[in-house]
Amino acid sequence: MTASLASPAVTGGAKTRINDFSIQVATVNGSGSQTANTVLLRAIFQMGVLVSGKNLFPSNIAGLPTWFTIRASAKGYVARKATNEMLILMNPETAKEDIAKADAGALVIYDEPLQLDKLRGELTYFPVPFQKLVTASCPEPKLHKLVKNMIYVGVAARLLGVDMAEVKKAIAKQLKGKAKAVELNQTAAVAGYDWAMENLPDQDHIKVVRDHKTEGLIIVDGNEACALGALFAGVTVVGWYPITPASSLVETFIEYAEEHRKDPKTGKSTVAIVQMEDELASAGVVLAAGWAGARSMTTTAGPGISLMSEFIGLGYYTECPGVFFNVQRTGPSTGLPTRTQQADIEMCAKASHGDTLHINLYPGNMEECFQFSYDAFDLAERFQTPIFVMTDLDLGMQNWSSKPFAYPDKPYDRGKVLDRKQLAEIQDWGRYQDVDGDGLCYRTLPGTPGGKGSYFTRGSGHNDHALYSEKPEDYVAVVDRLRKKYETAKSYVPKPVFRNLGSAKGILAFGSSDPAVIEAQDMLAEGGLNTDYLRLRALPFTAEVDAFVKEKQVIYVVEQNRDGQMTNLLREFYPGHATKFKSVLHYNGLALDAQTIIDQIHGFEQK
Amino acid sequence: MSTATPSAPSNKLGLTKQDYVGSKSTLCAGCGHDSITGQIINAAFEMSIEGHRVAKFSGIGCSSKTPAYFLNQGWGFNGVHGRMPALATGACLANRTLINIGVSGDGDSMSIGTGQFVHAIRRNIPMIYIIEDNGVYGLTKGQFSATADKGSHLKSGAVNELPPIDPCTLAIELGCGFVARSFSGNPKQLNAILKAAFAYEGTAVIDVISPCVTFNNHDASTRSYKHVKDHDFPLHDLGFIQYSEVEEVDIAAGQTEVVTFPDGSKVAIKAIHEGYDPRDRFTAVKAIHESMQKGEFLTGLLYINPENPPLPEVLNLVDEPLATLPQATVKPGPGVLADIMESLK
Ligand SMILES: Cc1ncc(C[n+]2csc(CCOP(=O)(O)OP(=O)(O)O)c2C)c(N)n1
Ligand code: SF4
Ligand SMILES: [Mg+2]
Repeated sequence: MTASLASPAVTGGAKTRINDFSIQVATVNGSGSQTANTVLLRAIFQMGVLVSGKNLFPSNIAGLPTWFTIRASAKGYVARKATNEMLILMNPETAKEDIAKADAGALVIYDEPLQLDKLRGELTYFPVPFQKLVTASCPEPKLHKLVKNMIYVGVAARLLGVDMAEVKKAIAKQLKGKAKAVELNQTAAVAGYDWAMENLPDQDHIKVVRDHKTEGLIIVDGNEACALGALFAGVTVVGWYPITPASSLVETFIEYAEEHRKDPKTGKSTVAIVQMEDELASAGVVLAAGWAGARSMTTTAGPGISLMSEFIGLGYYTECPGVFFNVQRTGPSTGLPTRTQQADIEMCAKASHGDTLHINLYPGNMEECFQFSYDAFDLAERFQTPIFVMTDLDLGMQNWSSKPFAYPDKPYDRGKVLDRKQLAEIQDWGRYQDVDGDGLCYRTLPGTPGGKGSYFTRGSGHNDHALYSEKPEDYVAVVDRLRKKYETAKSYVPKPVFRNLGSAKGILAFGSSDPAVIEAQDMLAEGGLNTDYLRLRALPFTAEVDAFVKEKQVIYVVEQNRDGQMTNLLREFYPGHATKFKSVLHYNGLALDAQTIIDQIHGFEQK
Repeated sequence: MSTATPSAPSNKLGLTKQDYVGSKSTLCAGCGHDSITGQIINAAFEMSIEGHRVAKFSGIGCSSKTPAYFLNQGWGFNGVHGRMPALATGACLANRTLINIGVSGDGDSMSIGTGQFVHAIRRNIPMIYIIEDNGVYGLTKGQFSATADKGSHLKSGAVNELPPIDPCTLAIELGCGFVARSFSGNPKQLNAILKAAFAYEGTAVIDVISPCVTFNNHDASTRSYKHVKDHDFPLHDLGFIQYSEVEEVDIAAGQTEVVTFPDGSKVAIKAIHEGYDPRDRFTAVKAIHESMQKGEFLTGLLYINPENPPLPEVLNLVDEPLATLPQATVKPGPGVLADIMESLK
């Protein structure tokens, strides 16, 4: 890198934002920009700065606009930030609108022929002759489209002050094993960097300065974290059907299983993975595999849960274990299937017909995605029931930095299962007898020899010996005992975590809302409004939630849906406190940001 | 373990037929489904099937109730309407040593569950898949099903104007390696088919015409007992020889076709219809279509290909049941997690 002296700096006038900014990259999907964006994110991460990346992509394979935002935060805030300090505009289709929406003072890197600088003042423009640079740096015309994106990585690195060695390292990591691609991309990035060094003025609006906040951290997405949880939980049967944003969970699992779930001697597989014909079938596979003693799972999103609902109810009443991952997204059919929401909360709390109440887990970060996925299999077998692991597109498909996952030392809990020997010692065994008084009964697995323990599994019409019954008292006994299981679950599910600043005012949130809530809580406190924050991690509501609800004067329930679904559940379970709950809602398909929360809480406070 | 009188004949396991029964049937007296239950009990007894290894699956319907009426020593799972095959799929993956019997109805399998029927066959789930086919929805009181013949009448006088779906030709088309049709009123043939099905490793589809005496047994129905009896055309005389008996039985050469299963069992097929080769799917389909055109029910082992690998084999699963693999086998160690974490840094 033999760059000439930089041109005089462009000064925004205000103080330089060090390691504290958002960059938005606008590209066309299918153009390979995801690799470039991840490289830029990784390079900043390698500089020791905490970053998060969010890909806002269309439900389309190629040719539609996509935006990627990278947020760096010295304070460690990783939620989406509503304002962007740098724009990289590569998509002619959206460039005008992107300029119109840009925040005043933003830096704009763009393709020179677009002449965006004529559109609006208040912004600082950095035109780049991408085509010229790509032609010069890459000999193969058919690769130009792919390599072009690496040039903006180089340009941005130069303007931000990111070390080129880190960019090169990130490229090598991202394109691991593909030597030719690594070289090609590194050359392009360097070309962008060198050209910017010689031809663009420097800026001091935003900068990356080396820090030590990311030492030992990993970058991972929630689907991979969940897949790893299932891998270590020893899942043995997977029935699934592709749907965004859940597919990559199973697909990542398949990759890991290839390596880690083969019998070393025979090469045979210790897990069965079947792509079923639909979600109805996937649910059947999960339940029957659980019934037969396997640790089973499926992954889906809201539309799949709808289709599975009949089976989920049967699983609840027949008491079959199974883990259902719901990577939530926005509503049905076409529209916004690639955007995030927490809009299946009520559906999964009560999925299916009849009286049903399910155990739901709400991981709020990558470590919890891993740990709760692991725990879900224990819960499924202990409680002999479908368990929902509720993530969303934001957790599942975006890049998050995280502490490395701790090895789950806790041995598997395979629940109350009687084997041949135990059965032989029991005089009168009934499949649905509540022997221990906790609502959890002893089951047997098909294939158990010895002539004892067989039973017939059927829906709600059975007595405690699994015999057909339509007697009113038998049905009541079934549903009442199932309710008792739900009570017992309160001491098994993850308890909430607190971030209390000492206040009678509460915030209650869950899942992917956590980073935005933390940031909002700090900003509210700076403005003089202290709050206590309870992050809910499961249904049923545990004793800690009871206490919080009783104690607080007001509770702002932050959630990513229109109807205040968690608020509805809270009002149902705490009717005496129903008026305390105020819904803070966000449901436009984008990840939640702190400002949205702050504005709505201020709105309530001023009333 | 035997609960019957000492004089009752016992099988190789020392069990009597009484050891293969289930709860008392609650179906209408004379229902064809009960005759099928009887033959399942007979075949399992005669084959010395180990009851604890049996898993019974069904959907919803009168037919789907019947797994409660046979093999009490097995585990049963009465599922949701049309989704029996998914249950059998899950269970066969969890424990590949189970002997799976699925019972479904024509409504259960040819309407709401057609997709699952199709895909179970495509995956070759190891199971006997019995369709107790009466041309109506018995349990919901007599509506037409998708196997009802065109022109058949309901009791109310309503006429079916739509063509039927035939489970057997559909199954052959899908590559099923064991396709049979039988009649609840022909116990001898059904018995031989069921025994052969027990020996078959993949999905064995048996469409059993099984008159509904309450809703579809009147003169204008093409599924009445009398109509089927008059139009039942057995293809062949079937004899099933279990692998353990093969040595002792002398199969006369020349008159009889023999199909051998991977476990060594054999079906001896003595043709009645000249030139019908059950190993040739093209002639099978042609013969079935011709008989349907004449309004006959061609019954017997319509198509057989014993070499089809079942799903657990295709997935190359370990030999022991996945369900009971110990933690040490399925939980990777701390070193594996540490390496993965390193790769994500
Ligand atoms: C989802 C659903 N839809 C409808 C029903 C009602 N239903 C019960 S049995 C049945 C038809 C059964 O017909 P078939 O499979 O032919 O069995 P049969 O009673 O004739 O033996 C229907 C529609 C149901 N149980 N579940
Ligand atoms: S209604 Fe028909 S199918 Fe159902 S039990 Fe009675 S005779 Fe059998
Ligand atoms: Mg029927």
